[in-house]
Amino acid sequence: MIARIERRFTVAAGALCLGGIVLFVCLAAFALLAFDEPGAARQAGLFDAYVWRVMRFTLLQASLSTFLSIVLAIPVARALARQPSFPGRVWIIRLLALPLGLPALVAALGLIGIWGRQGLFNTTFAWLGLDQPISIYGLSGILLAHVFFNLPLAARLMLGGLERIPGEYWLVGANLGMRPLSTFRFIEWPAIRGLLPGIAGLIFMLCVTSFTLVLTLGGGPAASTIEVAIYQALRFDFDPPCAIALSLLQITLTAALLVAMRLLTPKVEEGQGGGRDVRRFDGRNLSGKVGDGLAIALAVLFLALPLCSVIASGLRSDLWKLVGDPMAQQALATSLVVAFVSGTLCVAATAVMIRARQISLAPRLARKRHRGFAAAISMSASLVLLVPPVVLGAGWFLLLRPLGDVAALAPLLVILINMLMALPFVYRVLEPAMASHLARTGRLAASLGLGGWHRLRFVDWPVLRKPLLMALSFACALSLGDLGAVALFGSQDMVTLPWLLYSRMGSYRSTDAAGLALFLGLVCLVLTIAGTPSAARNDQRSKNAAA
Amino acid sequence: MPPRDTETAIRLGGVRVQFDKTELRFDCAIRQGEIVAITGASGSGKSTLLNIVAGFEMPDAGAVEILGEDVASRDPAERPVSVIFQEHNLFSHLDVATNIALGIDPALRLGVKERGKVASALMRVGLEGFGKRLPPTLSGGERQRVALARALVRRRPILLLDEPFAALDPGLRSGMTSLLLDLHAQEGNTMLIVTHHPDDVRALADSVIFLDEGRVLLHESKAQFLDHTDSPAVARFLGK
Repeated sequence: MIARIERRFTVAAGALCLGGIVLFVCLAAFALLAFDEPGAARQAGLFDAYVWRVMRFTLLQASLSTFLSIVLAIPVARALARQPSFPGRVWIIRLLALPLGLPALVAALGLIGIWGRQGLFNTTFAWLGLDQPISIYGLSGILLAHVFFNLPLAARLMLGGLERIPGEYWLVGANLGMRPLSTFRFIEWPAIRGLLPGIAGLIFMLCVTSFTLVLTLGGGPAASTIEVAIYQALRFDFDPPCAIALSLLQITLTAALLVAMRLLTPKVEEGQGGGRDVRRFDGRNLSGKVGDGLAIALAVLFLALPLCSVIASGLRSDLWKLVGDPMAQQALATSLVVAFVSGTLCVAATAVMIRARQISLAPRLARKRHRGFAAAISMSASLVLLVPPVVLGAGWFLLLRPLGDVAALAPLLVILINMLMALPFVYRVLEPAMASHLARTGRLAASLGLGGWHRLRFVDWPVLRKPLLMALSFACALSLGDLGAVALFGSQDMVTLPWLLYSRMGSYRSTDAAGLALFLGLVCLVLTIAGTPSAARNDQRSKNAAA
Repeated sequence: MPPRDTETAIRLGGVRVQFDKTELRFDCAIRQGEIVAITGASGSGKSTLLNIVAGFEMPDAGAVEILGEDVASRDPAERPVSVIFQEHNLFSHLDVATNIALGIDPALRLGVKERGKVASALMRVGLEGFGKRLPPTLSGGERQRVALARALVRRRPILLLDEPFAALDPGLRSGMTSLLLDLHAQEGNTMLIVTHHPDDVRALADSVIFLDEGRVLLHESKAQFLDHTDSPAVARFLGK
């Protein structure tokens, strides 16, 4: 009896969370569709030249970024797979995982430090006698930044694919006397090729919805993506019809991409590099070793130099002054509160929704209604991807503006938008953990009559504590590094660390920016590392499960 | 310089391989044209012995001679051997004919003559017309036959088989055994078969190398070996 009440309560809570999320997203979409301001006639329309230009550029930069990231990742992944005892290989693979946890703004600052006007390369070129500096702003800068983030992602996924090749293949290849070209053609390329649609789809999606990097490195209306154009239309030009047209375009585009990815691509398996002992007999001669070493060294330099630049200029800045700066203190406090509240809300809501889904799927022949509910919960993650943060923010911006001061509600909106952003990731961490926990303990707990608080305390919390905290840590990192939501709602009263960093970058207080970037980067990296399951820990867990 | 020994196909002299906790030592000479079963308990070093001959494992000390030549410094592809494993012998994304053709030229530059060779090899292993099939659509036994066909087109004098039937059903095993015997009668090559199955020893072997804790405990003819039940290790292996 008590168990039944508890189940009903959980399902109701899950339904409430799901309803809240759907309502939040749909109200924003509704506001965009139904916006009709007197005076602002819709002559701008959906299809004017500006909107089309922005869309063309968005697709162009995303295609080029995807292409470059993948083409450049292939030699890196191949070199790492071919040289299992390369010095420091484990650390290089960890370096490949670093950009994932780095706030885009911090990376942009690092890239400017290396490739910018005063950066390493232009200084070198000037010293060599080249008087025209290369400009990082515009398409080249956007591509550079997108490759910085996505090359390592692609390389890691490909390395995982290469390491899943059965060990006998290398032995057979060696026995048959395959040269490097044949090995690539018959063994390595087929393994990589199978992963390409998934990797390309993922990177393309990330680049189409890229906001911060384009905002900081795009430089001007010629190099602007849809998201940045929405932001500019609302914050600077105050041209709601244009923002609406762009938002609808963005939703259509992401929807088409999501559908295409679901239909066309097999699931990308997550491969952690550097786990299994692979014995290969190729790439042991001098030319193979030199070529692979060169590919790895170039990738390491490309990734590590901007990071070093962030650290170096951060340490050069007046960190003590920054600590005493009331603006920085306030921004830090705001950021921490926003991150913690949005992270906690996200983890709690996701956990409740997953549990509600499990309950409604529990009967052997779940009713249609229940199955629909369960499907809606697992689809909510995609719904969030469909409407990127800036679009969501634009909808709420338009919805709330007639009601008065948007700024008063800004913290709440930023928290909610950040929470939704983290939802797909948190769902992916929690769902498998909770599913295996249920499979292991569900029947036992039911037969013992363990329920409610006791079950939570003795059965659930000790096991699920770790994945819950990991998910929380990851969600906090996402929120802490986010500029998209706060860019629309930020004001004097609502300053987060990334927003402060962005405004100081703009106002040429670059030493402050450097210090802030170092701090923000470190905090986010620590939180992301804490929130990422490591291969070693996974092994430990499966061992424990087997024992 | 002593006269070159043409009778011996493979000679391992004082070969030592150091692992974390154990050290394996191999001394043996295998005559040309024989089928030799390499057997013993799990962990006795059967596969390591095979890997040393194939060149996948480098000994820490000792001499590895194949057909009278020292091959210690040669890559796997430069040794006169073909290898067949328990599974994953075929690249599963390439069709059967391509998998075999890779044995003729690892860069796959093939003429009409070579295509003919592939077709006749398929015929000899009883898989005529299977050339366009992909490995996952074949049964385990058929896949091993394709691997044999590839070994046929390579024409190496020594064939190394590492538990080639372990993943097969008993019915398929006997079919594979007779195919292997037929091919051996035609080619006259030397075969080393790692197996932990007494039936394989009875059906195939001319002689037996019995390993125990990383040493060659016995190396004798099949008849002697099957009578050797006074040794407890052999008796345990034969189930007597």
